[in-house]
Amino acid sequence: MSIAVRFRLERPDFTLDVDLDLPERGVTALFGPSGSGKTTLLRCIAGLEHAPAGRLVFAGDTWQDTGTFLPTHRRPIGVVFQEASLFPHLSVRGNLDYGLRRSSRRPAGTDFSGIVPDIGNIAGLLGIGDLLDRKPDTLSGGERQRVAIARALLARPRLLLLDEPLAALDLARKNEILPYLERLHDELEIPVLYVSHAPDEVARLADHLVVMDRGRAVAQGPLGETLARTDLPIKLGEDAGVVLDGTVAERDERWHLARIALPGDDSHSLWVRDGGHEVGRPVRVRILARDVSLARDRHEGTSILNILPVRVVKLADDSHPAQTLVRLQAGNAPLLGRITRRSAAALELAPGRDLWAQIKAVALIG
Amino acid sequence: MSAADFAALWLTVKLATVTTGVLLLLGTPLAWWLARTRSWWKGPVGAVVALPIVLPPTVIGFYLLVAMGPHGPVGQFTQWAGLGLLPFSFAGLVVASVIYSLPFVVQPLQNAFEAVGERPLEAAATLGASPLDAFFSIAVPLAKPGFLTASILGFAHTVGEFGVVLMIGGNIPDKTRVVSVQIYDHVEALEYAQAHGLSATMLAFAFLVLLALYTLNPTGRRK
Repeated sequence: MSIAVRFRLERPDFTLDVDLDLPERGVTALFGPSGSGKTTLLRCIAGLEHAPAGRLVFAGDTWQDTGTFLPTHRRPIGVVFQEASLFPHLSVRGNLDYGLRRSSRRPAGTDFSGIVPDIGNIAGLLGIGDLLDRKPDTLSGGERQRVAIARALLARPRLLLLDEPLAALDLARKNEILPYLERLHDELEIPVLYVSHAPDEVARLADHLVVMDRGRAVAQGPLGETLARTDLPIKLGEDAGVVLDGTVAERDERWHLARIALPGDDSHSLWVRDGGHEVGRPVRVRILARDVSLARDRHEGTSILNILPVRVVKLADDSHPAQTLVRLQAGNAPLLGRITRRSAAALELAPGRDLWAQIKAVALIG
Repeated sequence: MSAADFAALWLTVKLATVTTGVLLLLGTPLAWWLARTRSWWKGPVGAVVALPIVLPPTVIGFYLLVAMGPHGPVGQFTQWAGLGLLPFSFAGLVVASVIYSLPFVVQPLQNAFEAVGERPLEAAATLGASPLDAFFSIAVPLAKPGFLTASILGFAHTVGEFGVVLMIGGNIPDKTRVVSVQIYDHVEALEYAQAHGLSATMLAFAFLVLLALYTLNPTGRRK
């Protein structure tokens, strides 16, 4: 079972042409530069845009096909737009109630692990319990967006669609909302489509990645694998890097560090700043390509904590001709390293070569 | 003021109330369509709706008289339907007033609906609201200032009509003799005192209506 999506839509400025099978669990990021068609694709899935040539089958239910078009209000979806789009004439409670009251007309979705989706619980989950009697125009941007997320969840969707929900917010507001989104990621059991052009959001929240470019899906797959691909025209630039899922293996209280074991084998683990997570908890780390350097021998006498044995898989062109992007394998985990071509030549890099990767920075992202 | 004056006043209020009610019922869907359509017909329909603003009331009255008369298409139809003829009846006045005041109701509503925009309705649809549900639960409350403006303007404009009434309604006490016609009669008969009484009433009414429009409805004015 999955979400089968096929759309073709001609627009004066671009053509959307996608054929995807999206997983029915977890967060799928639709990632790409602006104008790549990711929002249009989301709107087609919501039924807000009618692509004449299209087919959309959600978990066995046909939402769109030749001769079939389920209107938006009959689709069991929740949508959060870039601007919160709250109803200004209703209080926060009225806004939340709007979808809740109408949810009984649609097949129910939202499953939380152990949370009944009523206003009290969802407001608590998103930290808006104190705002219920306020009017939307008295809320801050971050509060409005959290109300919009709560409102979408209370409609009990079977599919949650988020269209750059953080793009209109400043960094502080963004950081205010990200933890709530991460919580949803952990507790929500319905699929989420998350449109974003921000690599850091994708790295933190997504399980599955679809890379869009000029109306087409140029790559898709599990987040870790897809990010580690070197053949993509992703203009990630300084943000190129990998995201790895691991577990907290031990905590060093003296130095305030935590050891993150990467899946597969215990010999590959990373020391990170202790984020307060207990041992055994699954966590996600992000390693940027620019923070990975390569050495033939294992260096002693260095400040770098994380030095892993790796094998070169592939070398690829980078955005600047002086540099090359090296795809590495550290046990079961993929890594990307960005080094100069001159160093690559000096090290005689070639696929299959064993080296040491010196990782200058590892970010624990939840 | 005489009993005839009060009868004229009452008839005027009745005509304006019925006309405003009919206009809101007809004008709301029309304004909604005009605000949202991408059809080629938007321009021509909008122009026809606006015609009464430009045309002299006598022109509207003349064409309506011809159309609703015994040989006009509307007159033929009303006779066939057993309704008799509309000119020189209250019903005829209502029909004429509806056409005459149409732009004053449709245009504020259309502006209000356009100001609501697409996004709140899209959000409502994603929350399970059908188009009709979203119209009543979102579009109408958000367009409330427009409805207030439309009602006041439609009512006031109907009260103020003269030319159309004279052409279609004539001057039949209790049926078609509204205030403006009654004042005209007083002046013709050189009854200046009575004319003053009614005219002052109308002046005060017009001022109060505009005062209401500009104080009760500040958001409508800002647009």
